[in-house]
Amino acid sequence: MQEVENIVNGKDLFKKPEYQNVLKEKKQFEGAMGAVDPAKVEEIAEWTKTWEYREKNLAREAITVNPAKACQPLGAVMVALGFENTMPYVHGSHGCVAYFRSYFTRHFKEPTPCVSDSMTEDAAVFGGLVNMKDGLKNCAALYKPDMIAVSTTCMAEVIGDDLYAFIDGAKQEDGGEFLPEDYPIPYAHTPSFVGSHITGYDNMMHGMMSQLTEGVEVEPNEKINIIPGFETYIGSIRSVKSIVESFGAEYIMLGDHSDQWDLPAGEYKMFAGGTKIEDAKNCRSSKATLSLQKYSTTKTMKMVTKRWKQESANLNPIGLKGTDEFIMKLSELTGKEVPASLRTERGRLVDAMQDSYPYMHGKKFAIWGDPDFLIGVVSFLLEMGAEPTHVLCHNAPRGWEDEMRALLDTSPAKDDLHVWAGKDLWHMRSLLFTEPVDFMIGNSYGKELMRDTDVPLIYIGFPIFDRHHLHRYSIAGYDGALNLLTWITNKVLDQLDEDTKGIATTDYFFDLIR
Amino acid sequence: MGPESLEAKQKEAIEEVLKAYPAKAAKNRAKHLGVGAPEDESQKTCGNVRSNKKTVPGVMSQRGCAYAGSKGVVWGPVKDMVHISHGPIGCGQYSRAGRRNYYIGTTGVDTFVTMNFSSDFQEKDIVFGGDKKLDVCFHEIDELFPLNNGITVQSECPIGLIGDDINATSKMYAKKTGHTIVPVNCEGFRGVSQSLGHHIANDTIRDYVFDGNVDTLGEKVEPGEYDVAIIGDYNIGGDAWSSRILLEEMGLRVVAQWSGDATLKEMAQTTKVKLNLLHCYRSMNYISRHMEKEYGIPWVEYNFFGPTQTIKSLRKIAAFFDEKVQAKCEEVIAKYQPMIDAVVAKYRPRLEGKQVMLFVGGLRPRHVIGAYEDLGMEVIGTGYEFAHDDDYKRTKDEIMRSTVIYDDVNEYELEAFVKKLQPDLVASGIKEKYVFQKMGLPYRQMHSWDYSGPYHGYDGFAIFAQDMDLAINSPVWGHSTAPWDKEGEA
Repeated sequence: MQEVENIVNGKDLFKKPEYQNVLKEKKQFEGAMGAVDPAKVEEIAEWTKTWEYREKNLAREAITVNPAKACQPLGAVMVALGFENTMPYVHGSHGCVAYFRSYFTRHFKEPTPCVSDSMTEDAAVFGGLVNMKDGLKNCAALYKPDMIAVSTTCMAEVIGDDLYAFIDGAKQEDGGEFLPEDYPIPYAHTPSFVGSHITGYDNMMHGMMSQLTEGVEVEPNEKINIIPGFETYIGSIRSVKSIVESFGAEYIMLGDHSDQWDLPAGEYKMFAGGTKIEDAKNCRSSKATLSLQKYSTTKTMKMVTKRWKQESANLNPIGLKGTDEFIMKLSELTGKEVPASLRTERGRLVDAMQDSYPYMHGKKFAIWGDPDFLIGVVSFLLEMGAEPTHVLCHNAPRGWEDEMRALLDTSPAKDDLHVWAGKDLWHMRSLLFTEPVDFMIGNSYGKELMRDTDVPLIYIGFPIFDRHHLHRYSIAGYDGALNLLTWITNKVLDQLDEDTKGIATTDYFFDLIR
Repeated sequence: MGPESLEAKQKEAIEEVLKAYPAKAAKNRAKHLGVGAPEDESQKTCGNVRSNKKTVPGVMSQRGCAYAGSKGVVWGPVKDMVHISHGPIGCGQYSRAGRRNYYIGTTGVDTFVTMNFSSDFQEKDIVFGGDKKLDVCFHEIDELFPLNNGITVQSECPIGLIGDDINATSKMYAKKTGHTIVPVNCEGFRGVSQSLGHHIANDTIRDYVFDGNVDTLGEKVEPGEYDVAIIGDYNIGGDAWSSRILLEEMGLRVVAQWSGDATLKEMAQTTKVKLNLLHCYRSMNYISRHMEKEYGIPWVEYNFFGPTQTIKSLRKIAAFFDEKVQAKCEEVIAKYQPMIDAVVAKYRPRLEGKQVMLFVGGLRPRHVIGAYEDLGMEVIGTGYEFAHDDDYKRTKDEIMRSTVIYDDVNEYELEAFVKKLQPDLVASGIKEKYVFQKMGLPYRQMHSWDYSGPYHGYDGFAIFAQDMDLAINSPVWGHSTAPWDKEGEA
């Protein structure tokens, strides 16, 4: 029973003897093997750690277990929230939108506005035109966004709804009451059964940039367009902006959700910050477009390069070299020397790397995440002399595996470093048991791996549901690299203390100074 | 504020909200909003609201889908089975381990609740069909997870649209192997909310668990005269455990939990119990009615939120049994009373008169009212994501004062109601949490217990009281206004 002076929640409540008894007694009614024959559970659990199990596991062709990817519309919603006063609108079932909103909200600890047009069975049969007509009108009337960005769920894609015609039809029928003729409603088809959330990001960004610039005259200027990609570290967007600003360069950050998912307390405003729609409409006039996530913007950058014939580059300002390259590109585009402030910042980062390297050097890491994130963070690990033993990318696009392999081949330990494209986190579990590492770097889905394998998890990635505020930090630029260095080094040191704290056994190595 | 002025304010709030909509939507939404009065017998449903209808397109509804109702609510917590999210990758990923359905087991070996199994549909599966892939999934699961006691197939939207026959594929595999395979046609576009998913999932339990005569591990449980099953408790944060202990203390034998911390075997043996205890009426009344009709098992609704309702419910349950149980029931009530008195004495003075607005699903919009009132708090607004008429009828008995009732409320409306009625606490889900916290309003998630709980039973009430106090009386809400902006107030 609870003691009123010390009320405990489930963490400790169920440790009380009366509840331990409840749980023990419940087993007599259960049919799980743990209740019937615990030895059998032990036996199978051990078997899952073997090479034999690993081979069977890696041979899986159909079932995905514990994925490390999500579906297209999630990325489309992120794009929309990076534009000023823009409502993401998903043509399909509201169940999907409830999921997108929950998913982002659990990560950012911030509201995530997004509507759907609530298609149900009749719409699945007759198409969702009526839903689109009512939905756009209601959305515009209630939330008064300056732009509505439409993407689709797999339901709408399977039945083949035509977004262009539907949006046009909705405007015609509304007759300008809520949806004036020039009301911007960019759209993208984002089928969940193709690619992953980064594909949806690409499709929606492509839709935004191609449709908003339509009919807008191109008047070349010196601005630089920057596309952050599916960036879940809002601090990274700010780092990038600060670097560009230190060159005094004019720029358009296309899809800047850094304020949207970082609202101050005091009052609630549905929308904050974001790319100005006017800027987005004129982004074709810019001098160049830089993508900071090549694999999240393949289609978009192809348009920029091939159709717009704009100067373009793919950069990845994570780690020292990635940031150097980004800065040199800016220097080249602006014709300006690298400012003194950045030189100092770089010097400080390198100094910090030289302070901490003994703790990362030679340490084995397993890491998973989105393709561009992995290129960046793995580069940084290599710059520190660490060994990324298992690099796993569930949503690896074409070309990524080769690029990662080439990157790993720059390491003296290259023969022990493995790339796992298209694999999931249950595969990773087998890899960790058979070819162990010292640390893992990944998202919250790694916590079950941490429990099962005892490998410490360093929380870097998306989504992170069970650690707070990490997304507010930067992992880009020199300051971002310093954050990576701090998080990783200190986790190594935490673990060193953990391993040596045995009183009168190992605590001679429990050093005060490290 | 007197009751008249509260009611007037509530009616005004509804009128104001409706003005924002285009005509067609306003007409629709008007039917879903009302003011409930406890003494008003003329109301057919609480506030006379209409429910279980299609959501108005283009608004930020909080509703989920049929897949969420089946995989997320009913089937997902059954711990010794593997639940495949059948279709594209997203649904399973977004719903993974979000509901806090606690269980005991070795995850990945004999239990699987927090894992995500997906058939990860690609374009070719949409074009050529996914039945073959599903069959390979079954084989791979049985090979890699040999201690699973069955597999369910949770259909995502495309399955029902591309003409796949998961029923035939499942049947064929089950016949070949003798394993329990349950195909569930809970595609997200079916129905208007998660509610139809509950119903569909209930029906598949009937068809595949009861009528399927599933093979279960371990010794058979001999039926006893005090056997009961907990139905519609998903063991969120351990709710079913803090309920179970009370039932056992009064001499009942809980042979099954549906479906938090459940095993297939428990569900199968429920057809032999003497009484079904139904907590979440909305999601599991279907199977309870079926068991009544088919196996003659009576069912009784109960409410384990807050001492007043808990005591009422314990006595109601005991009344189905002999004097021995009834006497023990009184002993249980007496045993916990001093603790509860102390909890109320500690927290009521800190919470007295504080007003609450709720928006949740299932049973909570009415069931938790009593728990708040036990702490001296007043619920002035409530509503359900996916309720039906019978829920709103039941709500009439629970409200204590004029209460604004909003069915399938969307974010625009809820925000407007909160701004107008100025409650001291908003209690709803994750999607709205930070909206209200930004405004400086204390907030508790009432789906996940905000990562605390359990809230059921006596021990749960103590946690509930502590959490509400924590939310309302935290110093953080006082920091929103900067000192330089406070001068005018002084």
